[in-house]
Amino acid sequence: MINTPDSPQGNLWEVFIQAKPGIPHKHAGSLHAVDAESALLSARDVYTRRGEGMSIWVVPSHEIVASTEAEADSFFDPADDKVYRHPTFYEVPEGVKYL
Amino acid sequence: METAEREKKFQEKIDSGQKIEAKEWMPDNYRKQLIRMISQHAHSEIVGMLPEGNWITRAPSLRRKAVLLAKIQDEAGHGLYLYSAAETLGIDRQTLINQLLEGKAKYSSIFNYPTLSWADIGAIGWLVDGAAIVNQTMLSRGSYGPYCRAMVRICKEESFHNRQGYEIIYQLANGTPAQKEMAQDALNRWWGPSMQMLGPSDAASANSEETMKWQIKVESNDTVRQRFIDRTVPQATAAGLTIPDADLKFNDATGHWEIGEIEWEEFYRVVKGKGPCNRQRLEARRKAEDEGAWVREAAAAYAAKQAQRQVKAA
Amino acid sequence: MTGNQALFEYLLHRGDNALILAQRLGEWCGHAHQLESDIALTNVALDQMGQARMLLTEAGRVEAKGRSEDDLAFFRVEREFRNALLVEVDNGDFARTITRQFLFDIFQFHTLKALRQSENEFLVGFATKSLKEVTYHRTLSTDWMKRLGDGTALSHDKMQDAINVLWEYTPELFDITEGDAVLTKAGIIPDMEAIKLAWNEEVRSVIAEATLEIPNTLGYEARGGRIGHHTEHMGYILAEMQYLPRTMPEAKW
Repeated sequence: MINTPDSPQGNLWEVFIQAKPGIPHKHAGSLHAVDAESALLSARDVYTRRGEGMSIWVVPSHEIVASTEAEADSFFDPADDKVYRHPTFYEVPEGVKYL
Repeated sequence: METAEREKKFQEKIDSGQKIEAKEWMPDNYRKQLIRMISQHAHSEIVGMLPEGNWITRAPSLRRKAVLLAKIQDEAGHGLYLYSAAETLGIDRQTLINQLLEGKAKYSSIFNYPTLSWADIGAIGWLVDGAAIVNQTMLSRGSYGPYCRAMVRICKEESFHNRQGYEIIYQLANGTPAQKEMAQDALNRWWGPSMQMLGPSDAASANSEETMKWQIKVESNDTVRQRFIDRTVPQATAAGLTIPDADLKFNDATGHWEIGEIEWEEFYRVVKGKGPCNRQRLEARRKAEDEGAWVREAAAAYAAKQAQRQVKAA
Repeated sequence: MTGNQALFEYLLHRGDNALILAQRLGEWCGHAHQLESDIALTNVALDQMGQARMLLTEAGRVEAKGRSEDDLAFFRVEREFRNALLVEVDNGDFARTITRQFLFDIFQFHTLKALRQSENEFLVGFATKSLKEVTYHRTLSTDWMKRLGDGTALSHDKMQDAINVLWEYTPELFDITEGDAVLTKAGIIPDMEAIKLAWNEEVRSVIAEATLEIPNTLGYEARGGRIGHHTEHMGYILAEMQYLPRTMPEAKW
């Protein structure tokens, strides 16, 4: 699906920057652009003037699908009581290594 | 959920220090106050490019020219981050720009003053950005996530603005007699408006009650102003300059610098449109917008054509 | 002309190109059609400023008369500047500014690529570093050429006007002065004939893709910058740029 601009400022895009190889891209902010190429060039000029990173992702804002506030409790609370997913829940006998 | 209950939960979140994010429920007035504040802040950054932009071509050394360009470029970026933050609240950038250009939106009064000498560039970086830093540091502790994050980013960039301004003023104040005079004259003209720019006392400020309750602002204008004054007076002394306030004195009991009367009549007049450069500032922004319309339209037209070509090729 | 004199003249030429172009681009700050572009244009200006400072500082060092980058920038008169006329042409609208940028970026791109093989250590370092930013400028300006050439009928016309105005300034970019010939022989600067071929191929290709045309200049070629005979703009550019240091020559800034 190609993004077509529908307003004088172009569409809204979200910008993600990867600071160093190996670490995840982080949300830096948003900007306006008429297409992907333009969004990439603008992201470079707006969000990487201080050596913030070495890779840029741009995504049209409307493509971001987000969980809602109403869903928050049912989405995230149930994970809180599953302590057994964390290694600290388990007892390791003294002297036993590599566990 | 009933509105009253939603408002109660919302206030609890605010009081507990939790940030509010874009897609969450919020009272209409919270949204309105934020849009007002954030957009005024954004407009200020953009209009603020103009008084300093006035001296780019006349910067007196290549280093100063490069630094000034980078600084003003940052202001454009700040405006951009702030319009983006406002857009998370359901209003688009073009609408906000139109409000500014139609004279319906306010922006910081300080940018309606002329830059008459190179020393003014120093004064702006030192005083105006200095005050902005104190204010923005406070705002970054506010309740609305996107605005706070914009403030954090802006504060990081703003500190060089402040230093470069002070560096200019200090150099001038310790230079030739003509340079020193230039620096003192700039301070004489920019001090008063800098005192006004952090806004009236909260008793006189219509929006303060709501913005404080909802922690959009976390400290009063007077508190922020006092912090700025206490930091700045010693900086003036260190540069060998005199603050143009005969009533300025240090209060040993409170440990604060006390200033004379602030010219609130001037502040309100300038905010309402009758300052030295209000007309010129808006004219410049309207001109940029009008003369740039064909570029924006062409960019959109090309993008649409390319999209068509890609569909056809597929 | 000695090798040293030739090198000094060449460094001034490249440095003045960068300086005057940066000065022109600086006029846009706060006035562009959109925030994103204001920031982008200023980035180009800052890159040019960086190049100007490096080149003029080196020029001063080569001249060995104690002149700094600022001495050269603020205390020479028009006849002593060595920039090509293209960079001093007034900004006009965004069409003219970005077309000027495009024509210059392609010239810089190919010249810097070649300069990485220079016998001169400074030029190698300078070219290697600057090529990165110029590669980006080339991407940016090429993108705009197509966007505006093939955008709306209005943008197309404005871009065609821009090319019509600027084309006659381009031959000068490839002029070979007496000093240049000395430097080419010594392997310090590339043969500009080769650069011209590469430039022509790339520029014509982009112009065609942008649905624009090369104008008929009736054989007129605007030149004079290499000997200090500039356009009428130069006086005004310097009057503004040099005002403060000249009115207060003992002052430090």
